[in-house]
Amino acid sequence: MAATTDPHASESFRIGMLLYDTRYRSITIQIIALVLFMLALGWLVTNTISNLEALGKTFGFGFLWTPAGYDINQQLIEYQNTDTNARAAMLGILNTLLIAVMGCVTATLLGVVAGVLRLSNNWVVARLMTLYVEGFRNVPVLIWILLFAAGINESLPAPNAFRGDNSDASMVLGSMAFTNRGFYVPEPLFSRSLGTLDVNGYFGISLDLILIVLVLVASIWGVRRLAAHATRRQAETGDRPKTFWPSVGLIVLPQVVVLVALGFHLGYPALKGFNFQGGIHMRDSLIALWLALSLYTGAFIAEIVRAGILAVSKGQTEAASALGMRPSWTMRLIVLPQAMRIIIPPLISNYLNLTKNSSLAIAVGYMDATGTLGGITLNQTGREMECLLLLMGFYLIVSLTISVVMNVYNERMKLKER
Amino acid sequence: MQKSVFFGTFAAAGLLAGMASAATLEDVKARGMVNCGVATGVPGFAFTDASGEWDGFDVAVCRAVAAAVLGDGKKVNFVPTTGKTRFTALASGEVDMLARNTTWTYSRDVDLKFTFVGVNYYDGQGFMVRKDLGVTSAKELDGATVCIQTGTTTELNLADYFRINGMSYEPVPIETNAEAQQKYLANACDVYTTDASGLAATRATFETPADHIILPEIISKEPLGPLVRQGDDQWADIVRWTFNVLVIAEELGVTSANVVEMSKAPTNNPEINRMLGTEGEYGAMMGLEKDWAVKAIAAGGNYGEIFERNIGEKTPIGLARGLNAQWTQGGLLYAPPFR
Repeated sequence: MAATTDPHASESFRIGMLLYDTRYRSITIQIIALVLFMLALGWLVTNTISNLEALGKTFGFGFLWTPAGYDINQQLIEYQNTDTNARAAMLGILNTLLIAVMGCVTATLLGVVAGVLRLSNNWVVARLMTLYVEGFRNVPVLIWILLFAAGINESLPAPNAFRGDNSDASMVLGSMAFTNRGFYVPEPLFSRSLGTLDVNGYFGISLDLILIVLVLVASIWGVRRLAAHATRRQAETGDRPKTFWPSVGLIVLPQVVVLVALGFHLGYPALKGFNFQGGIHMRDSLIALWLALSLYTGAFIAEIVRAGILAVSKGQTEAASALGMRPSWTMRLIVLPQAMRIIIPPLISNYLNLTKNSSLAIAVGYMDATGTLGGITLNQTGREMECLLLLMGFYLIVSLTISVVMNVYNERMKLKER
Repeated sequence: MQKSVFFGTFAAAGLLAGMASAATLEDVKARGMVNCGVATGVPGFAFTDASGEWDGFDVAVCRAVAAAVLGDGKKVNFVPTTGKTRFTALASGEVDMLARNTTWTYSRDVDLKFTFVGVNYYDGQGFMVRKDLGVTSAKELDGATVCIQTGTTTELNLADYFRINGMSYEPVPIETNAEAQQKYLANACDVYTTDASGLAATRATFETPADHIILPEIISKEPLGPLVRQGDDQWADIVRWTFNVLVIAEELGVTSANVVEMSKAPTNNPEINRMLGTEGEYGAMMGLEKDWAVKAIAAGGNYGEIFERNIGEKTPIGLARGLNAQWTQGGLLYAPPFR
C-alpha cells in the first residue's frame, strides 16, 4: 500500500475534526458518554453520602460485630441469639446456598424428564407434561411458594394429632412423621463417632462425614481404574470384561465397613412436648420453597431441553435407527449429547434465576440471607444501605460463581472443531 | 447551552434532595396532604372499613394531625407499611410520620435517628395459645413453636425471655400479621406472640375467639407511639402537641361534640381557652392557624373518644383502659400542660 497516499495526511489536525471527521467521531462520542456516565455515578455517590449525613447516619460495618439478639430456626452451623450479626448473616447465607443446591438439582431432574416426555409419542404423557410446563411457567413463583406452604399447613395434621393411643394421625413406617410444621425423618447417628473438627471456633465439620466422603472418593477412583482396565482389555482382546457387579461392590462394601466401624444407627423422631424431637426436621418452609422453586424452574428447564432436542437434526435419529439402535439409546447416546450444547447456556441463567428467586423465602418464614441480613439485621440495626450492599454483594458473588462454573462446563461440552 | 441545562438540573436535584429532610410542614402544606405510615391491617388500630376508608386508633392520630395542619382530617395519604419497611419509609421521606404501633426504644430514638413524640398506647408483649393445649403460663412453653412478626421488638424480647428462663423454642418468622394469623390458625405454630393489644385485636377476628387464651405473662414494656424523623423540630412539635391536645381534651372534658361550641367564646378554664385559640396566639407559635386544636379534636374526638370507638370495651377488640387511663384515673396518660 505504499503507492497510495492518504489524502488527509497533509492536512493539519483541527479541533472541529473530532466532530466532523468520521475517523475521530466515534471515539469522541464514546469519551463524552464515558465522562457523562462517570459524572452521573459521582453525583449518585455524593448525593447518597450527603443525604445520609443530612439524616445524621454514619456509614460503617461495625454493626456486624454486635450481638444479633434474635433466633434462627434452621441452623446449619451452631448459633445462639447472643452471637453476632455477621454470624446470623452467615447462617442465612448457608440456608440460601442449601435451598439453591437442592432446588437446582431437582429442577434439572424434573426439567430433563419433563422436556423429554413432552416430545413423547404417547399423547396422554405429552399433554400432561404440556399442562405441567404451561401451568408453572405462567404463574408467578411467589404464588406457587405460598400455595405449597398453605397446602402443607392446612392439609397435614399438626403434631398434636399424633398424641395418644387413639390418635388421628400416625407415623409412616413408625419412623417418619408428616406434619404441618414439616417432615420429621430418622437421622443417621454414630455410636462410635470420631467427633467434630473445630475450625477456628467458627464452625465444626463432622469427622465421620469426612471419612465417609474420603472412602467414597477412593471407591470412585477404584471404579474408574476398573473401567480403564476393562477398556484396555477390550482393545487388546476385543472382549470387554463385565464390570458392573465389581463396581457396585467397590462402592458399597467399603461404605458398609466404615458405617459398621462407626457404629451407625438411626435416630427416630418422637413426640415430646409441643413438637417431635430427634430425627431430621425438614421445615414446612423449606419443603414449600424447595418444591415451588424446583417445579417452577423445572418447567423452564423442560422447555430448554425440548428446544435442545428439537434442534438436533432429525437425520441423526434416523441414522441411529438405521443402525438398529434402540430409541432409548438413541436419546441417551446420540440426541442428548448434541442437545446439551444448546441446553447448557440457557440452563445457566435458570440456575441463576432459581438462586435469586430463593430470596422470596421470607414469605413462608424460611430464614435465608434475605431473611437474616436483609431482614431482621437490617431492621433491628437500621443499616439499610450497608445491609443491602452486603446482600447485593453476596448474590453477585453467588451468581458469578455459578456462571463461571457452568461456563467452564460449557467449554468442555462445546463442539470441538479441529 | 445544553451543558448548563444539564448541570443545572443536577444542582437543582441535589438541592431538593438536601432540603427534603427539613421543613416538613412546608412540604405538607404545599402537597395539601399528610403522608402517614400505618400498619398494613390490624383490626381496631389501622384497617380499611367496608367503604374502603382507613379507620382505627392509630389512623385517628394521622387524621388529627391532618386536621390541625390542613384543616381537614380527610387530607391524609395512608401508606401501609410492614414491620420491616416502616423505618425506611420514614427515613427516606416517603411518609411524614408513622402511626403504627411502633415501640419507643433507645436504639430507634438514638441510633435510627427518629423522634418519638409520645405514647398513644402503653402495651406489653403477650402470648396467645389455643385453650385445648392446656397451657396456663408462659413458663410452660418450653419447646413450643412460636409465630412472630419479623423485624419487631417482640422478636428480640422473645429471644431474651426464653434465654433467661432456660427454655427453647422454634421461631417461625412471618412478614405480616395476616400471614402469622393464618399459620397460627392452621396450628402450624403453638403460640402467637406480639403486643397484647395486637393479640386482642387479632383474636377478635377469629371465628371462635373463646377457644384461644392470652397468657397472663406480659414479658416487656411496649410503649407504642407516633414518630417522625429527627432534625425537624417544628414538625415534631406539631405531631407531639396534636397528640397531647387529644389527651388534654379528654382530661378537661372537651369532646368532638362540644369543642366547636367551646371555641366560640372563652370559657372559664384558661387552659381550654389557650388550647382552643380563644386566648393568646398559641397556634402561630407552631406556624399553624389559631383554631388548629379545635380542628384536631373535632376530626375524631379526644383521646378517650378515639379509644372507646376503636378498641374500647364496647368494641369486638374489647380492651380495657388499664394503663392507658388518664393520670387522674390511675393510668399513665399524662400530657404536659398547655401554657
